[in-house]
Amino acid sequence: MSTTRTRTSRTRRLTTVAALVTAGLALAACSSGGGGESDGGRGDITIWYSNNEQEVAWGKQMVEAWNAENPDEQIKAQEIPAGSSSEEVIGAAIAAGNAPCLIYNTAPVAVAQFEKQGGLVNLSEFDDGASYIEERTGDAAQQYQNADGDYFQMPWKSNPVMIFYNKDMFAAAGLDPENPPLGSYDEFLATARTLVQSGAAPNAIYPSPTNEFYQSLFDFYPLYAAETGGTPLVEDGAATFADEAGVTVAEFWRTLYDEGLASNEQYQGDSFADGQAAMAIVGPWAISVYKDVNWGSVPVPTSTGVAADEVYTFSDAKNIGLYSACENPETAWDVLKFSTSEEQDGMLLEMTGQMPLRQNLSETYADYFTENPAYEMFGAQNARTVEVPNSPNAVAMLQAFRDAYSKSVIFGEEDIQSALEGAAEKVDDLAGQQ
Amino acid sequence: MTAVATPGPVTDPGSRPRRSRGARGRPFGRNPLGLLFSAPYIVFVLAVFAYPLIFSVWMSFQDYFFSAPGAQVDRPFVGLANYEQVLSDPAVWRSFGNVGIFLIINVPLTVVLSLVLASALDKAVRGRTFLRVSYYVPYVTASVAVVGVWLFLFNGNGLVNQILGPLAPDPSWLVNSSLAMPTIALFVTWKQLGFYILLYLAALQNVPKELYESASTDGAGRIRSFFSVTVPGVRPATLLVVLLSTITGANLFTEPYLLTGGGGPNGASTSPVLLMYQKGLEQGTPDTAAAIGVILVILVLGIALLQRRLVGGDES
Repeated sequence: MSTTRTRTSRTRRLTTVAALVTAGLALAACSSGGGGESDGGRGDITIWYSNNEQEVAWGKQMVEAWNAENPDEQIKAQEIPAGSSSEEVIGAAIAAGNAPCLIYNTAPVAVAQFEKQGGLVNLSEFDDGASYIEERTGDAAQQYQNADGDYFQMPWKSNPVMIFYNKDMFAAAGLDPENPPLGSYDEFLATARTLVQSGAAPNAIYPSPTNEFYQSLFDFYPLYAAETGGTPLVEDGAATFADEAGVTVAEFWRTLYDEGLASNEQYQGDSFADGQAAMAIVGPWAISVYKDVNWGSVPVPTSTGVAADEVYTFSDAKNIGLYSACENPETAWDVLKFSTSEEQDGMLLEMTGQMPLRQNLSETYADYFTENPAYEMFGAQNARTVEVPNSPNAVAMLQAFRDAYSKSVIFGEEDIQSALEGAAEKVDDLAGQQ
Repeated sequence: MTAVATPGPVTDPGSRPRRSRGARGRPFGRNPLGLLFSAPYIVFVLAVFAYPLIFSVWMSFQDYFFSAPGAQVDRPFVGLANYEQVLSDPAVWRSFGNVGIFLIINVPLTVVLSLVLASALDKAVRGRTFLRVSYYVPYVTASVAVVGVWLFLFNGNGLVNQILGPLAPDPSWLVNSSLAMPTIALFVTWKQLGFYILLYLAALQNVPKELYESASTDGAGRIRSFFSVTVPGVRPATLLVVLLSTITGANLFTEPYLLTGGGGPNGASTSPVLLMYQKGLEQGTPDTAAAIGVILVILVLGIALLQRRLVGGDES
């Protein structure tokens, strides 16, 4: 009898302790993550935005505007923590379970991997999710769907890559700085030779020759997109680049390296800003950065020199992800829509010079482009961009390509055709893996 | 039948109850305070070294990737598949070959230079402190900072090529497939020399002065004394230097990453750890990265055992 009483007493104690622990955990859960009380997916949220000066300014005004109108659903914002790349920082935050609700500047190349990790919320599951994205972005939105047609990223902004050139160096080389011959490969190479041989510039152009996976997005890929009229590197689960167009583009770059018009040495700094190169291959973000350079811009070249309004390029887009660690996704979705509204997109354009991924961009912000003609071409180019492969193995694919490109094009140690075919085989293999 | 009693171990009949009492009375041994003091370090070692090591071995046998807490993901056991994938990848073989080249240059050079310089510093009368600090400064300076200096020295238009003139290699040092890794090995040797010099300086204090006097009395010159007295006298330190430089060399990452921009040219300077970083963190395949790590640990252990055999180092 006494044993039974003891057992009952112990059970009661254990039950009380368990109840207290459960209550404590529940309270802790309520007060963590989103940063405020949760009410059916609504409450305070945390966001990260990029750490460049212009985007920080845009982010702060956006947060202030939202917070002023939504006292019960406040945004706490901070710059994305420093790391060797934002993708690694975000990947670590997903694994640790402490990712914020929204991250602006989520790179499309990493989205499928984040989705596989269970780190992202499917935006298509919101009632107006897919329709909002497609209405804002237009046909370009398809590039950001996964294999099932769902959106795990909000297409946000792009930086269509073009050629910047230094007008002073072109003039010093005896070239017309207002209308430089850079449309076809022959024109581009002749101009490059004139620039270097005249002594006007140490290098005609200086894309980074290093081996990081993303570097080919700023030398080979824009020209490949232009040469093919918008073919992505990987289409229908297979590599496309080992074709005639890919070889033509690679041989063009090989000629630049071979003739010493581009350097295969790593440059510490910004070669265009430092006067080490007469041209750079960059997006509109560069406009606010190259204030001290007398620059002009043209689309990337093609082998035959197609009209500027037909040239495709790499988008260099950054998107917005809604992360699964978020405790208040309903608020996060509303904030996401607010921050990509016509008004906020206009602010983004004005404050950063980056192009919102919005259909009819030039018409929507016609006044802005009239007042800022330097951005006009980028605005028009925005409709003709291609994206990185949408696969969990996208980074591995780009690394396989970069290895082959580096060996054959930058260092000329392998035949271009066989290098591209070898890389295509690896990419096909990676595309088949999940 | 006669039962033959097997003689048991000879024990002090009085000791057993005492030991038993001790075990019952002192569950934490004779010095519980010592256990208390060492506990934080034991916990640290278990948490920071043992657990990750065991976890990475386990990871290398799974189809593993990092995921959000609570996410329903499948990570099946795949046996040796990750090892098969890694061992059939030419880039992995090349990275191990690269680090082999690095070790062949770095380890002997480190041992010779640090021993010679330490002996010279030990005997230097003037400016000894200044010289010691001079050698030690690169070691305590962040790699990121000193890499900039080496890039300035060894790029195409760098100081070294300007001095060499027509003798400068083409392509230049860090973009030359044959010279990139040796240049990195030289850089690391220079950077870490100060640390190994300090180790040898400490070891040199333990070499009895009488041995030098005896050698001198027997007519040995400086060089003969160096080989007959100094080198054998610092053998334990040599083993330590060889082991440490091998282990740190096998873990090479920062220098190829910064000096050659992620392992170029053509992966000629990619190290296994750099490859682990690319596969594990950039490409989201920590399972194959773990397999490379396990192979690297096994190789380093093998090399260390071999070195221990060859160099010796036991006082006995």
